[in-house]
Amino acid sequence: MSAILPPSERIWWKTPVGKEEIVWIALSLIWCLTMFAMMPIWHLYGKQNLSNEAYRTTPSQFQAKVQEMVDNYTVRTETAMNIPVVRPPAGSDVYLLGRLWQWWPLLELEKDKSYRLHISSMDWQHGFSLQPLNINLQISPGYEMVVTITPDTAEDQTIVCNEYCGIGHHTMLGKIYVKE
Amino acid sequence: MSQYRICPNSGLYFDKSAESLMKANAVAGAVALLVAGILALLVGLTRWPAVHLLGASDFYMALTAHGLNALIFWIIFFEIAILYFASSTLLKCRLATPRWAWLGFALMFIGAVTTNVAIFQGNSSVMMTSYAPMPAAPHFFLGLILFAVGALIGCFVFLGTLVIAKEEKTYEGSIPLVTFGALTACIIAVFTIASGAIILIPSFLWSIGIIGQIDALMYRVIWWGMGHSSQQINVAAHVSVWYAVAAIAFGAKPMSEKVSRGAFLLYILFLQLASAHHILVDPGVSSTWKIFNTSYAMYLAVLASMIHGLTVPGSIEVAQRKKGLTNGLFEWLRKAPWGNPVFSGVFLSIIIFGFIGGITGVVMGTEQINIIIHNTIYVPGHFHATVAVGTTLTFMALTYFLIPVLFRREMILPGLAKWQPYLFATGMTMLILFMMGAGTLGVPRRHWDMGFADSVLKFEYPGVAETMMALVGIGSVLAVLGGGIYLLVTVGSLLFGKKLEASAGLFQSFGVPLATSCYTSERPEPARGPAADLEEHGSSGFEAPGTFALAMVLLISFVVYYFINWKYLSSVWPLG
Repeated sequence: MSAILPPSERIWWKTPVGKEEIVWIALSLIWCLTMFAMMPIWHLYGKQNLSNEAYRTTPSQFQAKVQEMVDNYTVRTETAMNIPVVRPPAGSDVYLLGRLWQWWPLLELEKDKSYRLHISSMDWQHGFSLQPLNINLQISPGYEMVVTITPDTAEDQTIVCNEYCGIGHHTMLGKIYVKE
Repeated sequence: MSQYRICPNSGLYFDKSAESLMKANAVAGAVALLVAGILALLVGLTRWPAVHLLGASDFYMALTAHGLNALIFWIIFFEIAILYFASSTLLKCRLATPRWAWLGFALMFIGAVTTNVAIFQGNSSVMMTSYAPMPAAPHFFLGLILFAVGALIGCFVFLGTLVIAKEEKTYEGSIPLVTFGALTACIIAVFTIASGAIILIPSFLWSIGIIGQIDALMYRVIWWGMGHSSQQINVAAHVSVWYAVAAIAFGAKPMSEKVSRGAFLLYILFLQLASAHHILVDPGVSSTWKIFNTSYAMYLAVLASMIHGLTVPGSIEVAQRKKGLTNGLFEWLRKAPWGNPVFSGVFLSIIIFGFIGGITGVVMGTEQINIIIHNTIYVPGHFHATVAVGTTLTFMALTYFLIPVLFRREMILPGLAKWQPYLFATGMTMLILFMMGAGTLGVPRRHWDMGFADSVLKFEYPGVAETMMALVGIGSVLAVLGGGIYLLVTVGSLLFGKKLEASAGLFQSFGVPLATSCYTSERPEPARGPAADLEEHGSSGFEAPGTFALAMVLLISFVVYYFINWKYLSSVWPLG
């Protein structure tokens, strides 16, 4: 019964450490440092990194930018609610807003072209979850997040909201169509 | 001199007022667990697509209440009991300021009730995280603040007791390892509650209109300083209980006091950085900040957990080998008391916490890998492995030990209790693994309808994701059944178990005398360790080869699973 009693050796910090503990600590430390190194290595050599680019914004400022893009590049509307489908030029800045409870507008992008995607929320926090690809980003009101995306598969994607945002949370969807 | 008794079975010291407080806190925790368990069943049966039990608004309300009752109220009430046990009982010392301790208990109790009332009134279905700027009722925040203040008082009573014990020389040498671990938990708790105060008090003021606006990102960073750190209290507390149970059930002695205490010290220094795990795909925070914090500096807190993962079972192995169970690598484990729920609960907890909870936590806490996991149902899969199995199952196992020792009752239904840890762990493991599977397919957490029936746009997850969510539902039913048996056995034993002898309850701490007293006020012998065994470290080979082999299996699984996730990440669209 000793973990619940004071240590037997008064000078416990001078007792030698067993071999398996030393070997295990060494192996674990090597593994920990490897995992630590993997993150900067992926920034250098990997292709999936977030940019660190973000701006303070307000819902009205951001909405104006989205509206401008919608006015210029809408190619059609979809569903009974006439949601605009926007096809912005390859390489351009694309704006997407999240609000209770939709991702707006729908986007149509070209395969293998890069776009600077700006995302923000008009009200509460939302989760940008691109499915079935499974890319997930946290979207907060007041912050404009910029991510450069390069669709390299021609599969259409749905944006699910995966941050709880009230009673209509489970109806909040958007689309990114990808054309060859 | 205050009154105390010595438990005839275990030889443990129980100060009269500490004893009543431990009981009150443990029972209040069990009530929170009961509420959490009922809600767990409703949530589990709603996320099972074919059953889809609750409506949307009831589901979000039940999920909010489940999170707070299971993760905060149950666990922290029980942890306060553990703090009193690790200070007063293990150091054979009277409890510092019992009246303040009762005040703390009362505030925690009132706070927990207040927040539950706010949730069930229906205007605070904001999930445990209550992310600003989503509004919640003022008393939702007020209850949490009261609870936190109460818990803080409990922490200071613990610290005060350590001071008294040192002053009155109730122990010789250094404090026991378990008390050291509890001190770690207490220090982390003070940090946690400070973060909580910084975010919850403004949130309360915002909810009553005194503050105009709360920044969403600021809220997330500071809230998680509380939200994640509170889970680190649990880690420190349940690891301490692992060491305690190894000592109680096997007479195991820590393989090395220096190594185990050093590992706890790493927790104090680095564990709280993990609140960054929640901010990895947020805008406005740099990659450098994310990498440093998400890795707990350089995974030094992970190193600490890996050390405990070796030393706890390792100490059991050494103790078992000394008893002659030396054949092969695993005779010590094969012939362990698998029918004793105190042991089986703790051992299952160690294995599932390490292999599933630990590995998934590190993997999804990697800056870039988080992109494919954030806010999917993989996340609750991970934290049910750490908290529901790691912490809750450990506390359940400890309760079986406390029924005769603290509550002085014979356990009822021992046959049922024997199976309880296996049932709970099986249900939870099912739930965890299938949540991880569904999360890998992108199924969101905190979501009422993965079929999106009410949406203007359409989307369907692959059929296998629905099947996995059905299996999550079945797992949750089994786990709730396991939790129900725990409450049946423990509460039943308290009410109907044969009395072993009189012991202090709630009323005795307010001066009501016991019918027959076993308490005395004589000065007890100070707590001291057994005589040092000089031959202990003479062995040239490995003392615990079986544990080392298991640890290597863990490390290999860890490495393989870690790189599988990088591979999966590399398959999604390039992002920059």
